[in-house]
Amino acid sequence: MDLIFDWFRVLYQETGINLPFLYDEYDRNRMVDGFLTTIRLSLVCLFFSVIIGVIGAWLQGSGFKWTRRIVNGYIQLFRNTPPLVQLYFFYFAIGTLLPRVENDWGGQSPILGSFAWAAISLSFFAGAFNVEIFRSGIEAVPRSTVEAAEALGFSKLQIYRDITLPLAFRVVLPALNNNLVNLVKTTTLAYAIAVPEMLYEANQIWSDNVNVTEMMIFLLLAYFVLVGVLVGAMNRWERAMKIPGYG
Amino acid sequence: MNCKTDLPVMLPVSKPEPEPFCGLRAWHILPLALLAIFGPSLAFAQSDEGVLSPLAVLMNWAPLLLKGFIFNLVISVSAMALGTVVGAMLGLGQISLIPAVRGGSWFVTQFFRNAPWLVLLFFAMFLLPFEIDLFGLKIPFPDWLKAILGLSLPVMANVSEIVRGAVNSLPSGQWEAAESLAYTRLQTLWLIILPQCVKRMLPPWMNLYSILTMATVLASIVGVSEVMTLTGQALASEGGRPELLAPFYGFVLLLFFVYCYPIARFTVRLEKKFAVIG
Amino acid sequence: MSWTPADPMVSLKDVHKSFGDLKVLNGVSLDVMKGDVICIIGPSGSGKSTLIRCVNALNDIQQGSILVEGLEVNDPKLDKLELRKKVGMVFQQYNLFPHKTALQNVMMAPVRVLKQDKAKAEATARALIKKVRLEGKEDAFPGELSGGQQQRVAIARSLAMQPDVILFDEVTAALDPETVGEVLQTIKELAEEGMTCILVTHEMAFAREVADHIYFTDRGVIVEHGPPATFFTNAQDPRTKEFLSQIL
Repeated sequence: MDLIFDWFRVLYQETGINLPFLYDEYDRNRMVDGFLTTIRLSLVCLFFSVIIGVIGAWLQGSGFKWTRRIVNGYIQLFRNTPPLVQLYFFYFAIGTLLPRVENDWGGQSPILGSFAWAAISLSFFAGAFNVEIFRSGIEAVPRSTVEAAEALGFSKLQIYRDITLPLAFRVVLPALNNNLVNLVKTTTLAYAIAVPEMLYEANQIWSDNVNVTEMMIFLLLAYFVLVGVLVGAMNRWERAMKIPGYG
Repeated sequence: MNCKTDLPVMLPVSKPEPEPFCGLRAWHILPLALLAIFGPSLAFAQSDEGVLSPLAVLMNWAPLLLKGFIFNLVISVSAMALGTVVGAMLGLGQISLIPAVRGGSWFVTQFFRNAPWLVLLFFAMFLLPFEIDLFGLKIPFPDWLKAILGLSLPVMANVSEIVRGAVNSLPSGQWEAAESLAYTRLQTLWLIILPQCVKRMLPPWMNLYSILTMATVLASIVGVSEVMTLTGQALASEGGRPELLAPFYGFVLLLFFVYCYPIARFTVRLEKKFAVIG
Repeated sequence: MSWTPADPMVSLKDVHKSFGDLKVLNGVSLDVMKGDVICIIGPSGSGKSTLIRCVNALNDIQQGSILVEGLEVNDPKLDKLELRKKVGMVFQQYNLFPHKTALQNVMMAPVRVLKQDKAKAEATARALIKKVRLEGKEDAFPGELSGGQQQRVAIARSLAMQPDVILFDEVTAALDPETVGEVLQTIKELAEEGMTCILVTHEMAFAREVADHIYFTDRGVIVEHGPPATFFTNAQDPRTKEFLSQIL
């Protein structure tokens, strides 16, 4: 391993192609941390956005007009405004309204840090799309299939769990995966409020080493591979979930 | 054995027509949103005589912010135009019969589609020169132009996919029919296939424009003075009063909402209309 | 008022049903005894399908009463599970669960609804699939089966609940002509075994062969009924005559 790292140091000395995160331990740790933060932020947002989607889709089927309207208002608001401004709004406007707590050094720090705000903001953003995705999936399950289950004596809950959800899930999987891939790309916005994710750490490294070109190309490739792997895995999953002879 | 058609087919996934926003028409939203944003700040207004109320402060800055927003729209339209032209060519490249062109176009498309918009914007900002030397003539390359180029990259990749998807969604019978009538491939594409595709491409294309418009605020991160940058500067020059944050960011949200929401509704309407005609 | 096997198994009295302003059933009465096979025929839109969907509480009724083994279907406090254990239903579009194999389709309801032991339910399901002559197709998904095969799985699925009466809602209408026969054969065998059947059908030859009693409906009322021998040869009502002349 060290041999490989050293080779990159030699590469820099010989050609000027500077990839410090490969030979310098400090920069390497920064890059790894950035990568892990991106993954962690993606997973947290993925989890909460799916939960928001399921609850929202369920609320949209509610009998109360105002419940539906509020959910619709939420969807339209978050879909039709820039996620970056949403993030600023959450972080600066709402974040400053919250009380501060005493930190370990005796100073005052906000209750929620930038990572938490990025997670909240992006979850709401992606969740707005998920609500509509889940709703359309539930609507795509034919009424007659549900009736057949009714005629066999299934209860409402059983029908939802055994018939509607499994079928709806297969219908929405492509759209859902697409949204989740977008979510991973959108985590770069957290850079703007100094969440130390991949883009942020790369920026730190190129500021210290003045190697924007190399870092930029590396960053593009890193996201290309990360998203590519994700898309590939999702496609495999979609194929595995496919029902033979169906659709 | 007739396997597929016998099943009750999954109903096509339909995008619901968005209900009027909270039961209100588009023009109702404006005053309501203004009230929502400024309502809380009015509370601050009564306390201090010497300091302007947040509403008044925002009113002072509103013309400048609006100008900034128009600049955002200029960026969005330019990036869209550029991205559409290049993306359409790339998309046609993806259905080319020459394997190398097809593979190359596919790779370029996937590469720029997988990259986050913000990273592409950084890419354009830092790697493009600040001026081009063209036959001894120095053409300056300002930041806003770089932003347009940076934003047009993902647009290009997405348009490419839209074109490829639309062409592939046409039944192969159309190609065969044209071939049997001795049309050349180019004629088929130009006279038969693309005219039918335009209708299919319009809704996703408009959707993309809406996404692009919302992405123009990213340019603030790399220092282009569009609406978000100006908002930050306005807030700073007002001394960073915390009660100003919500009205100012809310105002920017509102600007985008008022512009993008009608586009979204129109897109859904078009989708429905085209779904009926087929 | 408890029900005995000597009473009608299914009894409709003056059933009225409308969808909004559209009146679909205008006072339908009929009795079905245990072991009876009755066919309901009539022009499209005459309310045949609605009629049997009401028996299974898939549609509610506005007026009248439907008794299934003494159970009042038109009762807001009806125990739907109790009703659906007694009444099986086979649909025009089969409505199999596309994400489950043939075997899973058949054994799912006994396991989930009747809480049967899985092994026992599977054994029953395999026997039923054999009975509808689909041995070897247990692990096929509905999408891999022909229409006729799917419909026979649907019949087996309904039988797995051990109902006392089965409703058949135009079960051959969506099938390719060459697979109609295999489904009708399956139903005929059931009828011969003494299963109580209520069929809505357009297959006149089949109705004539298997039915004990034929009901002709038009515009939401039963116009005429009788055993097949007299019904087909000696119809009285002009509407019946016209209908028969068109299709025979």
